[in-house]
Amino acid sequence: MTGPQYPRMYLYRRLVQAKLFIDRHYAEAIDLDCIADEAYFSKFHFIKQFKAIYHQTPHQYLKTVRIEKARQLLQEGTPVSDTCYAVGFESISSFSHLFKRATGMAPSAYLQQHQALKAQVAATPLAYIPGCFAEKYGWLPKQQF
Amino acid sequence: MITQVTHMTVYVLDQNRALDFYTNKLGFRVVTDVPMGKDVRWLTVSPPQQPGLEIVLSPVSTAMFKQETVDAMTDLVSKGTFGVAVLTCDDIYATYEEMTAKGVEFTKAPKKEFYGTEAIFKDDSGNWFSLAQLT
Repeated sequence: MTGPQYPRMYLYRRLVQAKLFIDRHYAEAIDLDCIADEAYFSKFHFIKQFKAIYHQTPHQYLKTVRIEKARQLLQEGTPVSDTCYAVGFESISSFSHLFKRATGMAPSAYLQQHQALKAQVAATPLAYIPGCFAEKYGWLPKQQF
Repeated sequence: MITQVTHMTVYVLDQNRALDFYTNKLGFRVVTDVPMGKDVRWLTVSPPQQPGLEIVLSPVSTAMFKQETVDAMTDLVSKGTFGVAVLTCDDIYATYEEMTAKGVEFTKAPKKEFYGTEAIFKDDSGNWFSLAQLT
């Protein structure tokens, strides 16, 4: 297979690499100026091109990644304060504020909701699996007629 | 009257590997992950902007099928017999570059077609998908 012949290929590669850098280093104190330098852009040009592809500025995207990772950690049962610092926030109040704005729930409520859901799924797994699949896969108790 | 698709099945050869592929390489979210006995889970994922569609990552396993069926399905899946779905994205060149950087195997690079721009990739089992930016 030959590579794609499309315009602005190198521009795309540099912007994608910048995005992947944010994906990998979201938990660190990322300096977006450095990412712009790494991607061989002026800061202004970098932000403009990044937004054209991802519909968010790099800074907004970094916050989105941190909130998404926080959702995953909370779903796994990680305490709120541990989650906050693990995804790169320095203050629980700013984390809670941003999390609530993004998800509609406070982190503590989100954690509780998912812990309760996890317990329910563990206790009654078949309540969360469509019956047709459960029957086909042999997971339903044998029917007595 | 039928209104929506809520669940669809993709047969995968290894659920753990598929979970890594669909979440870390495609960016899907896990919806349900329930152990259902030895080496089998009820595992569903959704595209990030389509939470109402659950893709069931169903294992090709002797826990659910006869050995001869497992052998036949393993052969068919791994040699890329089955096309699963068309996945859309906002910017196909950026998505293609990102997935390639993550090690996803494409069998067709982005190419303009009459309906948009399309590429084709395989999942970790061999199932193929169209990646499209529709015009």
